[in-house]
Amino acid sequence: MPDGASQLTTPADFAFAGYLARLADSHLVLGHRLSEWCGHGPVLEEDLALTNLALDCLGHATVLLRLLGQADGTGRDEDQLAYFREAVEFRNVLLVEQPNGDFARTIARVFLFAAYALPLYEQLQRSTDAALAAAATKFHPELRYHLRHAARWMLILGDGTDESHRRLQEAIDAWWPYTGELFALWPDDPALIERGLIPHPDRVRAAWEATITEVLGQARLARPVAGMHMLLGGPIGRHTETLGYLLAEMQIVARSFPGASW
Amino acid sequence: MTDPAADPVLQAFEARLAKGEKAEPKDRLPERYRRQLVRMMSQHAHSEIVGMLPEANWITRAPSLRRKIGLLAKVQDEAGHGLYLYSAAETLGVPRDELIDQLLTGKAKYSNIFNYPTLTWADIGMIGWLVDGAAIINQSMLAKCSYGPYVRAMIRICKEESFHMRQGYEMVTALARGTPAQQAMAQEALNRWWPPTLMMFGPPEEQSTNSEELVRWKVKLKSNDELRQTFVDQTVVQAQVLGLRIPDPDLRYDEDTKHWTIGPIDWQEFFAVIGGNGPCNRDRLRARREAHEDGAWVRAAAAAHAAKNPQVNA
Repeated sequence: MPDGASQLTTPADFAFAGYLARLADSHLVLGHRLSEWCGHGPVLEEDLALTNLALDCLGHATVLLRLLGQADGTGRDEDQLAYFREAVEFRNVLLVEQPNGDFARTIARVFLFAAYALPLYEQLQRSTDAALAAAATKFHPELRYHLRHAARWMLILGDGTDESHRRLQEAIDAWWPYTGELFALWPDDPALIERGLIPHPDRVRAAWEATITEVLGQARLARPVAGMHMLLGGPIGRHTETLGYLLAEMQIVARSFPGASW
Repeated sequence: MTDPAADPVLQAFEARLAKGEKAEPKDRLPERYRRQLVRMMSQHAHSEIVGMLPEANWITRAPSLRRKIGLLAKVQDEAGHGLYLYSAAETLGVPRDELIDQLLTGKAKYSNIFNYPTLTWADIGMIGWLVDGAAIINQSMLAKCSYGPYVRAMIRICKEESFHMRQGYEMVTALARGTPAQQAMAQEALNRWWPPTLMMFGPPEEQSTNSEELVRWKVKLKSNDELRQTFVDQTVVQAQVLGLRIPDPDLRYDEDTKHWTIGPIDWQEFFAVIGGNGPCNRDRLRARREAHEDGAWVRAAAAAHAAKNPQVNA
């Protein structure tokens, strides 16, 4: 536990805990999805790279879940939070819980998420919560690599063959309705922004828009039409059905051996 | 076999080995030596790649985040080993694509052990402790063999495998000192993994077709039985420390030789599995073929992009 983690959040600070859960669970679930690729990548080098991304996400989740266990006043550790909560208690964005699909879907999702996470953690480095700020400083260079890696593949697939271009365009179209949630303002958020704990999502969105416009342009991909209906719910526990299966798999061993440590 | 006296390349080669020098890719190598090494190194590379599958099978179910991260990193190391070994094999003039094709068409072999299923979380600990433990014994020998690129790859791989083995032993330790259910899971897994792990060293020499030449060319420095004995001696003691029972009613310590002796090994099962009839042979090859086929469009896109942008990729 880094120094100063709980200064602003003792005793329970449910609003801040909810926000930490949104971050932690998004990294955890995305890391889990990426880890499903291990051993099945399209080429050995990319198997290694996707696993790197998964490892970073799971590392981020571990740090953030520890902060969450402090902020919510329960003192739960990262494993109690990852393995012993129900789907409706998870706060991840809907984008990350969807099944991987093909490599184009996988890369497009990493791209869309990293393009959001990089400016988010850039700003979270200035959070008034010292522990979250310290975590953000640690994550930031790793997220820069995620974005660079995914953007490189966006260009390769966008430019490569007709098939790769078509698959990537389909991927962007499929993920697009989940992108609005990244920048939604939830009822507890204004107070957290007021306290300097988190940035206003509009400030993150501006950077995301710039990255998206640049990379979609370079990859000759069409941006989905404006005004599309956006799917919302993950950060308040309203998930899609797929999360239950993901958690059933993830949690099965931990829950099958009561009282065990590993 | 060719008479060395009648073959100047072979003569020069064997003279170099006799002086304790390593063979290097630029040297003129006897064709059979080259073929044997390509066979061994590519088999070894394939084993790393296929070996990812039984372990990756438990990444999504690992019971703690620390274990999940550890296992993911371990399987990633195996992919890295595959890369070094394919590169080492390429020094003998066979491209990776061709080697992978041999794997996918069933022409090339990989370690038999990976045709057994991982049925519980404890299997992940057993693979680290037993399978990596056995692999290190074999690989430490190969790290002293006569072909330079193989030696260099092996030295690096052995270091990482030692870490994997310690990690596996530590996982099994947590189970053996855990709840009764965890202890039972560990013992059950040991019961299944012990016999095929002993087979990893191969049948006794009189039944192995490749050995004589490999010994002469310093590719193989110890017999299969010698290597197996090293493994048994080391592992029996480790099991005792954990309070786990080696599943062999004939196991006993021989005061005269100071070695543990084991009961008979079921070589019929070994040959059946090598012949494609192990519990997971078909699943493993299917998983590799699917990954390869599903990735074809990705590789085609990368090649097309590289061809259009030669300056970027130069």
